Amino acid sequence: MTLKPETIQMELKEKLIASYMAFEDRSDTSDHVHNIRKEAIQNFEQKGFPTKKEEEWKYTSLNALLKTDYSVFPKNENSIEFKDVKKYFIHEIDSFKLVFIDGVYSSYLSETTHDGMDICLMSAALSKPKYKMVIDSFYNKIADNSESLSSLNTAFASEGAYIVIPKGKVVSKPIQILNFATGNEAALMLMPRNLIVVGENAHVQIIERHQSLSENEVLTNSVTEIFANKRAIVDYYKIQNDMLSASLIDHTYISQKQESRCTVHTFSFGGKLTRNNLNFYHEGEHIDSTLKGVTIIGDHQHVDQHTLVAHNHPNCESHQDYKGIFSEQSTGVFNGKIIVKKEAQKTNAFQQNNNILTGDKASINTKPQLEIFADDVKCSHGCTIGQLDKKALFYLRSRGIPEKEAKALLMYAFAHNVLDTVKIPEIQKRINKIIASKLGVQLGFDL
Amino acid sequence: MLQVKNLHASVEGKEILKGIDLAIKAGEVHAIMGPNGSGKSTLSSVIAGHDAFQVTEGQILFEGKDIGELAPEERAHKGIFLSFQYPVEIPGVSVTNFIKTAINEIRKANGQEDMPANEMLTLIKRKAELLEIDRKFLSRSLNEGFSGGEKKRNEIFQMAMLEPKLAILDETDSGLDIDALRVVANGVNKLKNSGNAILLITHYQRLLDYIIPDFVHVLIDGKIVKSGEKELAYELEEKGYDWVKAEN
Repeated sequence: MTLKPETIQMELKEKLIASYMAFEDRSDTSDHVHNIRKEAIQNFEQKGFPTKKEEEWKYTSLNALLKTDYSVFPKNENSIEFKDVKKYFIHEIDSFKLVFIDGVYSSYLSETTHDGMDICLMSAALSKPKYKMVIDSFYNKIADNSESLSSLNTAFASEGAYIVIPKGKVVSKPIQILNFATGNEAALMLMPRNLIVVGENAHVQIIERHQSLSENEVLTNSVTEIFANKRAIVDYYKIQNDMLSASLIDHTYISQKQESRCTVHTFSFGGKLTRNNLNFYHEGEHIDSTLKGVTIIGDHQHVDQHTLVAHNHPNCESHQDYKGIFSEQSTGVFNGKIIVKKEAQKTNAFQQNNNILTGDKASINTKPQLEIFADDVKCSHGCTIGQLDKKALFYLRSRGIPEKEAKALLMYAFAHNVLDTVKIPEIQKRINKIIASKLGVQLGFDL
Repeated sequence: MLQVKNLHASVEGKEILKGIDLAIKAGEVHAIMGPNGSGKSTLSSVIAGHDAFQVTEGQILFEGKDIGELAPEERAHKGIFLSFQYPVEIPGVSVTNFIKTAINEIRKANGQEDMPANEMLTLIKRKAELLEIDRKFLSRSLNEGFSGGEKKRNEIFQMAMLEPKLAILDETDSGLDIDALRVVANGVNKLKNSGNAILLITHYQRLLDYIIPDFVHVLIDGKIVKSGEKELAYELEEKGYDWVKAEN
């Protein structure tokens, strides 16, 4: 008997709701968080999983993923050795580390701090009274509660990164958030939840990665809320190079106050299905938001970059630059929404999405969505879909560089300017290496 | 070294080269002159192996072997170099890294090890001096934001680095001011020896004041209509291409 997609989703949905009852019974959070969860599960119950009938999900289908019978809580506590996972860290540099294994914090692999700032655990923040004020003011304040998958995360969220950087603090080293899935469960659904509050004039760099360690299926439904106070600088890197058995639905919400600068780089190379929802909300003037992405995928991989920049105030800027290279039968989506409110005069909003298709069966759906209600603004958008420049290819080959390497060099060059703004050299190096290996070549120079 | 025999080539079904014969020996400099649209650049692209052009008849022999079926990179590995009229911009790849990659790919194809780093550095330094190229220039992205003159100088720098047996210089003089032209021509002259050959493709006689050809060929409408020694270039400059057309 084959089940209709609605029936399959129904099954997983019912299972999740049942799991929620059990989960909430044994949780020890405040009434505040409890109420947030209760509302969230109700919202999820009402809306269910998104389907292709919804405009925002027109080109990304979750049907195949939702057939799996995921467990939400791993049966056993799992551990891993650092040497086995070292390569997934940016290990060349000193950093704070928040490491989670199958959703459970690993103190052994982590390096946290409470010295003048909090780089620690969401589970502690949600249960201990001393964090109550921050949780009450910030937790679940910008996550979109009308969106069913964010709600699903909110209902189950109990662990993740809790980062609070006080006024004027420049964090001396980057913070790495790593979520490992061991695959000891047949199929696992993870709901990491991060809260990052950056004080006035504070400066922080964060690297986030989700990594599966086996071929068992993993579906991560992640939510991150970031608050950048006045003149704060937040530099965020998402490195997505997971196994083909792993899928990620990420929701990152960023609220920026005046003169703050936030940059998010999203490097999407791996995973079966990746959906990045990246939302910026401006809550002041002279804000700068930068969204950059490189997607290089093949096989049957699917990456969907969904961005939103809400220009709510005058004199702010946003810069979006996404590059995609799609080979074999991979599919991509870019949906970039820019809203410029009536009062947001003198807005500068730029958006660029360029794609190269190298496979006959590869495809990309790209959709700029500009909703501009102010009259004195500079907004531009552009998208291109093309193949590699034949003249350039001939130029390189005429210098003795074989076709495969020449193509790789051109693709590298194509993706390159997105890397210009990466401020941590080790990340730049790492990404260059991943790009070279994705393109199947050893580029003959130090990357 | 190079023998082109009755070469016919077309692009998208349109015949551009209509039976070219050309023989270049080691140590020689040949110039091909002709008006716009006569097929000069097509000839250089076909010799270098551009697959947009179909060779419909005839042969290209390099050191006695038919290279008609070889890929552009294989021709480069054998020692053919084409200096482009319009070099392509490659952001993110520095001049140095690009030339290192090219040199080592050619060495690999010829069964040699990669060039040791210190040897490479010395070579780069020496050749950069030859073409009066600033070191900073070498760390810039290949051709990106280069002026016309810088692009051409960079082409000849690559030629100097790769030391090809046959260098085809396609309109190398275009976009060069007189000082840059002198530097580039001087570089080419210093690279010339009894073991290599140069094929100059040019519209004007100007370049030939600096790089003196042994032979000059006039290409009109896909055919070499007249060949002679360097004096032919002066005659052309004086009388124009119509003079040759009228003769034929």
